[in-house]
Amino acid sequence: MCLTHHFSSYFIPGLANGFLYALIALGYTLVYGVLQLINFAHSEVFMSGGFGGLFALNAVIGSKTPSGLESAGFVVIGLVAGAVSGGVVAFVLERVAYRPLRRRHAPKLAFLISAIGMSYFLQNLAGKEFGRDARTMKAPFTLTPSKPLFTVFGEGVTVYYAVIAVAAITMLVLLDRMVNATRLGQGIRAVAQDADTASLMGVDINRVIAQTFIVGGLLGGAAGFLFGLGTAGVSYTMGFVPGVKAFTAAVLGGIGNIRGAMLGGLLLGVIENMAQPCIGANWIDVVSFVILVLVLMVRPTGLLGERLGRSA
Amino acid sequence: MTATREIPTSGESSAPAKAWAKWRDNQRVRRLVGTELAALTLALMMGPSGNLTSPTHGFTGSWFTPKVLIFLAGGVVLWALMESWGALSSAREQVSVAASRLRPTDPRVRYALYVVLLLLAIVLPRGLSNFWQEVLVDQIGIYVLLAIGLNVVVGFAGLLDLGYIAFYAIGAYSCAYWTGVLPVKPPHHFNPFVTIIFAVIAAMAAGVILGAPTLRLRGDYLAIVTLGFGEIITLYANNLTSVTGGAQGSNPVPHFSVNLLGLHYKWRLQNMPYYYLLLAFVVVILVMFRSLENSKVGRAWTAIREDEVAAEASGINTYKYKLMAFAIGASTSGFAGVLFASKIQTVTPLSFVLQQSILVLVFVIFGGMGSLPGALVGAAVLQWAPNFLRNHFQKQDLFLFLGALLVVMMIYRPQGIVPSRRRSRELGLAEAGVGTADAMSAPVAGEIQ
Repeated sequence: MCLTHHFSSYFIPGLANGFLYALIALGYTLVYGVLQLINFAHSEVFMSGGFGGLFALNAVIGSKTPSGLESAGFVVIGLVAGAVSGGVVAFVLERVAYRPLRRRHAPKLAFLISAIGMSYFLQNLAGKEFGRDARTMKAPFTLTPSKPLFTVFGEGVTVYYAVIAVAAITMLVLLDRMVNATRLGQGIRAVAQDADTASLMGVDINRVIAQTFIVGGLLGGAAGFLFGLGTAGVSYTMGFVPGVKAFTAAVLGGIGNIRGAMLGGLLLGVIENMAQPCIGANWIDVVSFVILVLVLMVRPTGLLGERLGRSA
Repeated sequence: MTATREIPTSGESSAPAKAWAKWRDNQRVRRLVGTELAALTLALMMGPSGNLTSPTHGFTGSWFTPKVLIFLAGGVVLWALMESWGALSSAREQVSVAASRLRPTDPRVRYALYVVLLLLAIVLPRGLSNFWQEVLVDQIGIYVLLAIGLNVVVGFAGLLDLGYIAFYAIGAYSCAYWTGVLPVKPPHHFNPFVTIIFAVIAAMAAGVILGAPTLRLRGDYLAIVTLGFGEIITLYANNLTSVTGGAQGSNPVPHFSVNLLGLHYKWRLQNMPYYYLLLAFVVVILVMFRSLENSKVGRAWTAIREDEVAAEASGINTYKYKLMAFAIGASTSGFAGVLFASKIQTVTPLSFVLQQSILVLVFVIFGGMGSLPGALVGAAVLQWAPNFLRNHFQKQDLFLFLGALLVVMMIYRPQGIVPSRRRSRELGLAEAGVGTADAMSAPVAGEIQ
């Protein structure tokens, strides 16, 4: 049976992918929560995080072969640089492609189209400036060590998977607390529930929306860096496929629902990777599409329902 | 209108801070800064490219040269023009009145105009060079057909279809299958003309299968589902080598030929016979869609765009009409696929990538959503321009400009350059808070939660 064969050798990479999908899916879900719009340019936020992380990491590593604590430091630097670039791009994106349209009460169609335009613009700008071939990222630690860090169910967990898990879990917990327990989170939830009323209650909607984009961009950018770390390379087209999959993850968990996006991301990553031995690596992208259509047909509100407005 | 800002706490702030706040909140200054930033972006877009060894080359080459001053000065001029735009409002009104007079209201004048345009379309291309004739057929003609079809989905029904080219692929591969070119052989070989029927049916069936589950939900899910579908189709075309011929594609798809009632004609490598074939098809489809627009179906689409809830309450089955628009768009795309396959005689997955869907979308948006002449003009102008300017920019930067164009159109002219009057009125109403001007909300009957 293809499913039981090498269970954990597909489970752990799947979980790692799932963490990345969850981080990206949060960007979709947050924006969907406050604006009820699919942010088609979010995949480019992810891509710019990859580039930001790559440039920072390559600059600080230089010609060294880092190890130990130094490695950890470099990973943190890369993560921060990726997150900041993602946040900046998301902020600019909101300013250029969304705010002028929001001011005019443009139809939803116009938002989707301007986001697609922005996505193509950013993608090709990165291709033009940074080259159209994939750039290699210097490794802050040995990516394929001879001996894994530790084993789970007889399957080795490499440093890379450990880094993804630690970084992602930290960010997911921070985000969950941020949305549920801070003033900004309160603002985001208020706007998600009812933007007009929130505005009457003194919430500065424009500011909250910009902050929501930035928060989503920080997570997406960090995910871009982690993705680049795993594949040891970054290219201008790297955002598209993870972007569509993360959107699927957000819908699977219930779009607009933060914990749903986390759950959906992890589930999608695992399901996709577990299906790989059954259908072959060429067809792996079909899985998320089939899941998307199935979810829309059977349970369009997703596993946990759509509810950014409510406190979790 | 403007972003609400915190009122600076007066009394405590110093004089320079106040002066800064005054500058910051001055709308003219803000617009100037915005225009200059746009000018710098444009300089970057037109400047040299970076590369793997020196990724900063693009930035330094575009910003730290005297050339950038031209862009900045252009920005200032543009800003000054926009600032005086309000002062010129009376002149502007006169221009728009004159423009509306240009629109022929008498149907006889209009039909005479159509006949003249058609005659020009028949005669003029004969004088073109071979290069431009090929552009006219391969790039403009086929894409006009595609744009007219997508216009039904995006313009008439107000839905977003990002996998439009997948149906084009289905059409092209159907043609290749029924003419016996693919590795899998059909039960009987047909002339490409006959395969049009199969291709249209296949594309329409795919459209219905894809649209049926999705259109019950919010319209924006359709965008992402079609996006995914487009990717899946290229994946199939690439990997299912035993059926599609894989990445190398399959050839040669036969040219069109007529062998009927003593009439024998075969289209060959020459461009002009294909041009006339395309022209005939485009005219027929234009007439069909024109009457569709003014029929019960077209009015239903209008009602759905303007207010889906009201349309549903008035007894319009919104789901049915949306699905119909989607299927009509898909079948037009499949039809264009047959013409494409037979013209260039080969089907490869490379012809059907996502970028092509976006390309057609740009044509429709640029020309004007919901405007048939707009789709025509949009496709023609935007396919002509890159070929005309082919020595002045890098072909691979095309989508950089097209992406920027989409954003600029949505901000400044969402109704397109040849707007449909009804559609631009709707956009205006939507901006004033009346109606939606798209079909993106959930149908009432299919409301979830």
